[in-house]
Amino acid sequence: VCSLDQNRRQFLLGAGAAAAGLALTAVSSGLVPPASTQTQDTDSLQDASKNYVFVIDLNACDGCAKCTEACQAEMAVPPTSGGELEFEGKQPWIQVFKTDSGFIPVPCQNCQNAPCTKVCPVGATFYSDDHIVLIDQNRCIGCRYCIVACPYERRFFNWFDPPSTLDEQNTVYSPDYNVPHRKGVAEKCIWCRHRVAEGTVPACVDACRQAGMSALWFGDAAQGVVTNGQDVVSLSDLIKDRGAYKLNEELGTLPQVLYLPPKGESP
Amino acid sequence: MTEKRQDTQSIMALLKSHGARFYLFVGVLAAIVGWGLYAFYVEYVYGLGVTGDRLPVVWGLNVVNFVYFIAISMAGTIISGILRLSNADWRKPITRMAEAITVAALPIGALFPLLDLGRPERVLNLFLLARLQSPIAWDGIAIGTYIIASLIYFYLPLIPDLAACRDSLQAVSKLRRWLYTKLSLGWSGLAEQDKRLKGAIKIMAILVVPIAVSVHSVLSWVFSVTLRVEWHSTVFPIFFVMGAVYSGVATILIVMYAFRRFYHLELYLEVKHFLYLAYVFLAADLAMIYLTVSEYMTPSWGAETLDLQYLASITTGPYAAYFWFMIIGGFIIPAIVVSVPRARTIGLIVVAAVLANLGMWIERFLIIIPSLAVPQLSTPPGITYLPGLYTPSWVELSITFAGLAGFALLLVVLSRLVPIISLWEISEPEVSSAGPAMASAPVMSQAQETEGPKSP
Repeated sequence: VCSLDQNRRQFLLGAGAAAAGLALTAVSSGLVPPASTQTQDTDSLQDASKNYVFVIDLNACDGCAKCTEACQAEMAVPPTSGGELEFEGKQPWIQVFKTDSGFIPVPCQNCQNAPCTKVCPVGATFYSDDHIVLIDQNRCIGCRYCIVACPYERRFFNWFDPPSTLDEQNTVYSPDYNVPHRKGVAEKCIWCRHRVAEGTVPACVDACRQAGMSALWFGDAAQGVVTNGQDVVSLSDLIKDRGAYKLNEELGTLPQVLYLPPKGESP
Repeated sequence: MTEKRQDTQSIMALLKSHGARFYLFVGVLAAIVGWGLYAFYVEYVYGLGVTGDRLPVVWGLNVVNFVYFIAISMAGTIISGILRLSNADWRKPITRMAEAITVAALPIGALFPLLDLGRPERVLNLFLLARLQSPIAWDGIAIGTYIIASLIYFYLPLIPDLAACRDSLQAVSKLRRWLYTKLSLGWSGLAEQDKRLKGAIKIMAILVVPIAVSVHSVLSWVFSVTLRVEWHSTVFPIFFVMGAVYSGVATILIVMYAFRRFYHLELYLEVKHFLYLAYVFLAADLAMIYLTVSEYMTPSWGAETLDLQYLASITTGPYAAYFWFMIIGGFIIPAIVVSVPRARTIGLIVVAAVLANLGMWIERFLIIIPSLAVPQLSTPPGITYLPGLYTPSWVELSITFAGLAGFALLLVVLSRLVPIISLWEISEPEVSSAGPAMASAPVMSQAQETEGPKSP
């Protein structure tokens, strides 16, 4: 019995040492990417000073889809199928749908209880310091679970190797500005974090104002104001006067896009 | 006793010589697997776009097959584990086969999601960066545990037979003799060894049942924890567990029939084995009908917009043919066949089992694809959104057939490396009088015995 126990101890010790060795080798050989500085747990939401919101005025939207075009240019958005000819279009990160009463542009809802972020098996999708849902496409394995989980269908996928210009290829990739795009990973609207971090509005907001609609507004709810890139209005006034609502809010996803219903329609 | 010894020799003979037909069969299966590997290579080089997956149907046949193969791995647990625990003696000739199905189906099933990654070369991230909050990580842990447990459970009852191989197979290759010697762990049939082995088998038989239940439940949670229409349902875990029992038992019936026919195992696999299994099969079938009614009736009564869209798409829409085949061919006809005493022949039972397996494969398809195709945004009113379409490409189809061929290949190779019927168990005296007594089985004719079994 004694020798059996000793054998077991030796075996367990050996197995433990082997596992530790394996883990060490994996780390030292670079198999494990170093922890990204941007990767945040949902805990960090508590010490938030920023609370970005989109406000979308459905009364002002005429369905021109200039926002989609501007987005695709700004972010060098890949084709729907990443290069396959029969799918000519580019991924509509902000997509304009027709409705009974007009149109509705739908960007990423930037849920603060995001189903996509909850399901990721490798932590490739995460909240930035200022609570924007980003994707680390160097880490993403392409399982597409986040796409399946998103109730707003605001996630996309590069089915093929996306074409990229020389400029794009020379860009330094970062989850804040995920260019150049790559094969086999998830894509999404990231609220132009590279612009927002510098204090400007996302490209779609600028484009909408320049097209004369000003249906898209962006701002920091912590400061209580939103802007179309030029004018600044009070967020609480908009919510109160126009009866703002959110998409599928009952799902508990805490979306951060407020919709102002068209005149004469209650949400 | 001597008759049984002679009987066991006919199974041992399967391990000695493999005829040309065996190599031909293995060659064909290996070629299909090879073609599937080529399809995966194309997918790896060009990207997942070579499959039929497109937004919003981003999961296709690879995920269907993943669920399907993990489900049929239930065979070993349900038959072997539960019948062993309930001391049902009639199980003895079929436990090894059932356990082999588990051992063969699990790695094939576990491979499918890995073949379905956009970046297969980053597969290690799944382990190195595993995020335990993700249902995919739960799945990895559950399936990993299941694979290890079922390997141990396959191996333990194999030890006495490996010792028999070590002692009686002199003509086989050196490597195989070395393997038999090492893997039989010095088994000599001492009373103490026997006692310990049976204790260990019992522990594993108890363990594999909850492990299998957990695997199929966790597998269902991958779907049901999301907010998707149809998936977000509490019936899913039991639905998946029962579906696994149903397709697992059906798979044993088919595999049993194939081995009986090609290896001439009529002496061991009697009509009553098919009958008894058919009763289990019927019970699982009725449970599936009950759960299916429950699954579809609940949302149709509540009549939420998206639920109705989903139900319309499967009952009258583009997937109606599959749905009604599943209901009638996959559930109702098998139930009738097995319920009517005159229809309960081996041939018809196996036909019912094949129908059940087709139905269960379609069921996985209907769970995954039409649900993903339903547009999730239903507000504001009138929002127009094209429903998704999915047509599998040659790539997924090739990988599907390669999976089936790989499963058959693993089974056939296993059946030529180790006795496919547990020799030491069928040689043991019966402990209960309920099961069919092997001693009363008709003895194989001398002519058949010397002729030996034919190769497949």
